[in-house]
Amino acid sequence: MGTDEFVFLLTGLKWTVILSAIAFVCGCLGGLAVALARTSGIKLLERATAAYIGVFQGTPLLMQLFVVYYGLALVGFKIDAWVAVATGLTLHASAYLGEIWRGSIEAVPRGQTEAAKALSLKYVSRMRDVILPQALRVSLPATIGFLVQLIKGTSLASIVGFTELTRAGNMISNQIFQPLTVFGIVGLMYFLLCCPLTIFGAHLERRFAASAR
Amino acid sequence: MDYQLDFTPVIDGLPDLLLGCLGTFLLAICGMLLAIVIGIGGVILRTSPYKAARWAMIGFVEVIRNTPFLVQIFFLYFALPLAGLRLDPTPTAIIALGINGGAYAIEIIRGGVQSISKGQMEAGLALGLHKAQVFRFIILKPALRAIFPSLTSQFVLLTLTSSVASAISAYELTAVSQRIESDSFRSFEVYFTVTAFYLVISWLMMRLFAFFSARYFAYPVK
Repeated sequence: MGTDEFVFLLTGLKWTVILSAIAFVCGCLGGLAVALARTSGIKLLERATAAYIGVFQGTPLLMQLFVVYYGLALVGFKIDAWVAVATGLTLHASAYLGEIWRGSIEAVPRGQTEAAKALSLKYVSRMRDVILPQALRVSLPATIGFLVQLIKGTSLASIVGFTELTRAGNMISNQIFQPLTVFGIVGLMYFLLCCPLTIFGAHLERRFAASAR
Repeated sequence: MDYQLDFTPVIDGLPDLLLGCLGTFLLAICGMLLAIVIGIGGVILRTSPYKAARWAMIGFVEVIRNTPFLVQIFFLYFALPLAGLRLDPTPTAIIALGINGGAYAIEIIRGGVQSISKGQMEAGLALGLHKAQVFRFIILKPALRAIFPSLTSQFVLLTLTSSVASAISAYELTAVSQRIESDSFRSFEVYFTVTAFYLVISWLMMRLFAFFSARYFAYPVK
């Protein structure tokens, strides 16, 4: 494998990182909305978000990408593969992050809400200043764990036809007929991307466990 | 927007899709069994007194958990023939699913084993229970109870992951749906329906696991 091929893989890696970042940032916004709706106390909203989470956790990511990709084309959006994939991954991330954060919002002791109400804080301030800071702290290890899952999930974008790291690896491997070398390097690149995050997440988890004792 | 939804190819392809579901079940069940075997073997090595075995297992788990399944299955697809194993895509996919699920199972089972404290075993022996009884009621059942929820949700995830096996053209639901799609060009209709199939499959699995959990692991109520 020559320098050109390696540089091509690096370009793929760049797109994997960009795609992961977009999906994670947009997924965080969506996830926050889902988590807030899921714990809003409004029956209809809670049911709807529960169904949303259930559907996305009960179907393969690959199928979600397919449905979004062809579904968006169907309703008349002429879009690039990468926009479709980013949309699909965002919807996916919103569901998972929404469920993670719902759990951590519910894990904040009830007394906190009651105290905030007694201080006559309105909903926005109650959530922003009292509940969410505590909830997000608790949820950090799981959130990072999901980020790793999301980075790995971007590899499925290759099946839809977006050239990120895995597809770049596929193309190179078809070109130079050294699949083991190519996919070994591709795997290593994913590993170098994900492993620090995994270690950081485990570190946070241990620290929180220690401070909770 | 003048597109007319047309589900005829999906309805015509229904027998194929149901066969594809069976393919997915086959992949999932064989993958799970392999994952359990790898998980138990891995935990034995992971908690063994040999440092090399422990580190090998830590390395294995981390490599699998930090790389995408798609890359793993491609790697295996090309690596197995070089190792002298010429297999069809479907057995290759089962091995890949087993290895992937096994790495997660190692971590889950290890947690369950560590949740049983030594004092429990000693207490059981002190109460005059037989060694086999101690193992069955005091070690095995509580450990299984502890790991059952995470292990089964990992299995549901494994079943959903099996859709990726279509990338090496293993026989399962996604591969079948891709064939119908390329024959009919009714992409949205096909994938929408198949997504619903997967939803039913994972829902059924969760119900089944919940039933087992209530049947075998519920605490006796007086």
